[in-house]
Amino acid sequence: MPVDMRTFLAHVELANPVTTAAGCAASGRELAQFFDLHRLGALTTRSVTMAPRAGRPTPRMAETASGMLNAVGLQGPGIDAFLERELPWLAQRGIRTIVSVGGGTVAEYSELARRLADAPGVTALEVNLSCPNIEDRGRVFAREGAAAAEVIASVRSIMRYDVPVVAKLAPDVADIVAVARACVDAGADALSMINNPLGMAIDTVALRPSLAAVTGGLSGPAILPLAVRCVWQVHAALPGVPLIGVGGVMTGDDAFQLILAGACAVGVGTALFHDPYACLRIERELEDLLQARGFQRLADAVGLAHRPPGSAPRHLLVDSEESSP
Amino acid sequence: MQVTGTVLTTRRVDAYHALTVVAPGIAERHRPGHFVSVAVGGPGTAMITRRAFTVHDVKPDYGGTVELVFTVRGPGTAWLAERRARDTLDLVGPLGRPFPLPRDPVHCVLVGDEYGAAVLFPVADALMERGCRVDFLLGGASADRVFGAMRARRMAATTTLTTEDGSLGLRGKVTDALPSVIADTRADAVYACGPMDTLRAVTAVAMEFDIPVQVAVEESMACGIGVCMTCVLPVIGDDGVTRMVRACADGPVFRGERVRFEDVGTIPFDALGAPGGGARHAG
Repeated sequence: MPVDMRTFLAHVELANPVTTAAGCAASGRELAQFFDLHRLGALTTRSVTMAPRAGRPTPRMAETASGMLNAVGLQGPGIDAFLERELPWLAQRGIRTIVSVGGGTVAEYSELARRLADAPGVTALEVNLSCPNIEDRGRVFAREGAAAAEVIASVRSIMRYDVPVVAKLAPDVADIVAVARACVDAGADALSMINNPLGMAIDTVALRPSLAAVTGGLSGPAILPLAVRCVWQVHAALPGVPLIGVGGVMTGDDAFQLILAGACAVGVGTALFHDPYACLRIERELEDLLQARGFQRLADAVGLAHRPPGSAPRHLLVDSEESSP
Repeated sequence: MQVTGTVLTTRRVDAYHALTVVAPGIAERHRPGHFVSVAVGGPGTAMITRRAFTVHDVKPDYGGTVELVFTVRGPGTAWLAERRARDTLDLVGPLGRPFPLPRDPVHCVLVGDEYGAAVLFPVADALMERGCRVDFLLGGASADRVFGAMRARRMAATTTLTTEDGSLGLRGKVTDALPSVIADTRADAVYACGPMDTLRAVTAVAMEFDIPVQVAVEESMACGIGVCMTCVLPVIGDDGVTRMVRACADGPVFRGERVRFEDVGTIPFDALGAPGGGARHAG
């Protein structure tokens, strides 16, 4: 029997839990030449900003062991071009779209929310909090619960009640649970974690940093354990909050780890650079794994690893019990 | 499209490696200038970005083969150089925008520096099919780094070779010889591939002669399909506005005079969305 893969992001139903991670699927069109985007749980856009942004100078990318560093700098056409060209293209095709937004001030996030509030085709709004706060010496919003909460409260008050607001959290914080709690208290309907932790590589031939921007976000399988830890801690503290687990998911097994840690959806990012079909493959592998473990519904596996030690393994060993005399 | 290709043959071409891979879907869709990306390191590898390669040759044998030419630059290309016949490779392609070809039978100079020359051979075939006259100008640091001299001599009206150490042909760079080649062949257009500095100099020469120049850039890429935004360079659009465009999805072929070579590696202050630029109205 096929596994029921449906999942809910707040009250929004997704046909399956696999989404693209923000900034890893551009505006969707590039991936559409490989597969039907309807087969995604949802497509998350790159972070849209108010003004067009040229991004950072090159080199923007450096490969590291089991990962890569990137410093793209939110290159994008700005909200006007996004609303004119990119969002309608997705909306006309009925593709479930999580729009990611990024800003330098609370006012910029609010203005973005205002522009997106009436736009058709926004399934959910993801607030990229890993942007430097211009009004606070460039400190990143996601590093401080109060700054993150201010953004979320403002965006939540502007977006329509039926569009969930998702806070995207960074792992480079002393206490991710505190930031998560502040965002939920401010009205976040769901949380997405993790954004790229900051890293750095040095070119030993040129004797200088590999990236023009010196530091960059680390992504890829190297950060999966960090993502699992963050999802685990936040799910333990806030078990009722839907979580999108993101970070280093390359296989269905990786996705399953995040589900068991408490995520109800999974974002696939860097894997798309390696394999344009990664989302479909991961969804299939996850379904096979759930089936092999005796699950009938994805929802039954969410956060299951949190059950106290010694409690009966649910669903597990169904096959072996049947086969024993 | 993604294809699991089988390595048919491997060979050394002077300082370079060439791999012929059976990749039916890619071969039949290939146009001159297209590139393919290859996953390196095998299953479970720690190398997660794909490597992009131009295609040297496409043949219809075995349902379609493509030949990739590369030099070992790091662990990824070293792994690829160790592939043997019957190994499988994960290829995605054809990617990018191909070279535009002239409608009329004009005279074209094809300038290739080092293994960048590989991509010019399918271009030469296509040009000659249209009745164009093709002249090659190939160069490299030394004789073993000049790619495709024999094949060029067989197919082109004239072939000029340059090496920086003088071990083959003229001493110097391809761009030193380019003005006389353009003048001698009365060229109507230039096609070029090679390192950014070479393309910059080739474009400058072509502009002096006031003839169109098409360049295929070599930028480092992570995805090759237009989603990662790491392979950007400043290019002037039809509207006169400079944008940071992707070498993979918007290129790799550009009109030379549109590429701001001197600003590659920076964000020009007048590029769309540059920091502090006039377009900013956030707040």
